[in-house]
Amino acid sequence: MGKHNHDHQDCSYLLSSLSDYIDGSLEKMLCEEIERHVADCEDCRVVIDTLEKTVYLYHTTTAQEQPSVPMDVKERLYKRLDLDDFLIKPE
Amino acid sequence: MNIGEQHPDFDLVALQAGDRAEFALLVEAYSGQVYRLALKMLQNPQDAEDILQETFIKAYKALPNFEGRSSLSTWLYRIATNEALMFLRKKRPEQVSVDEPLENEDGDERPRQIIDWCCLPENELMSTESRANLDHSVQQLPDGLRAVFLLRDIEGLSTRETADVLDISESAVKTRLSRARFRLRELLSAYYSERMPSAV
Repeated sequence: MGKHNHDHQDCSYLLSSLSDYIDGSLEKMLCEEIERHVADCEDCRVVIDTLEKTVYLYHTTTAQEQPSVPMDVKERLYKRLDLDDFLIKPE
Repeated sequence: MNIGEQHPDFDLVALQAGDRAEFALLVEAYSGQVYRLALKMLQNPQDAEDILQETFIKAYKALPNFEGRSSLSTWLYRIATNEALMFLRKKRPEQVSVDEPLENEDGDERPRQIIDWCCLPENELMSTESRANLDHSVQQLPDGLRAVFLLRDIEGLSTRETADVLDISESAVKTRLSRARFRLRELLSAYYSERMPSAV
């Protein structure tokens, strides 16, 4: 990685913290270290941005899907559990 | 938000006494999430349906012994995830499951694709084809990483809850989540880079 002037070992060292970093669960000192590094490392900035976007896309698409069970699957589930009496069918 | 937060109030005494009406409420509240998890773990509607049924059959039988050390939702996720992983283990015995060793930890996370595709418009990132690719990419994760990713980033469980569900340490959850996210980033980078204006 990197077409920059700093020690490339820094990039590998910071990679293991990036998942916690994008979750906001990394301690402040490490966050500052990452931010200092990224200011001088375009490749790492791209990795962080695309990692963040990857997680964002999964979160967003999940939030848009209402988890549901198809009616025929639900009917068979309630029957198997002997709960037919309690199945609410859509009108 | 996970299902425990959405449906915190169940009459545990009634559930443990075998009250069918209360159990039906539990099934109604949680079956959607259990089915989604099973479908994303297995990518086969028939297999997911089997896991859904087995999860609630096992839950009904085990409820009298439920000690309440975790929430009902975490407990159900635990049964469902174990069922799904056992199913995969039987189907593909050569693939190790959630207990897979963490070899090549650093190597797996080393980024290869350094292309900034974040600037692509939202309608391209979230098109029907792109959404199918998101699902397809998750399927390419090893079972153990996929389980952690689905529980944390799709079902929204905390690190602690995910560790409880999978019976692994919180540190193992964090490591596996990181590996899963980096692998997905690689796959998405390869996909979206072909859709960058300069690639056309």
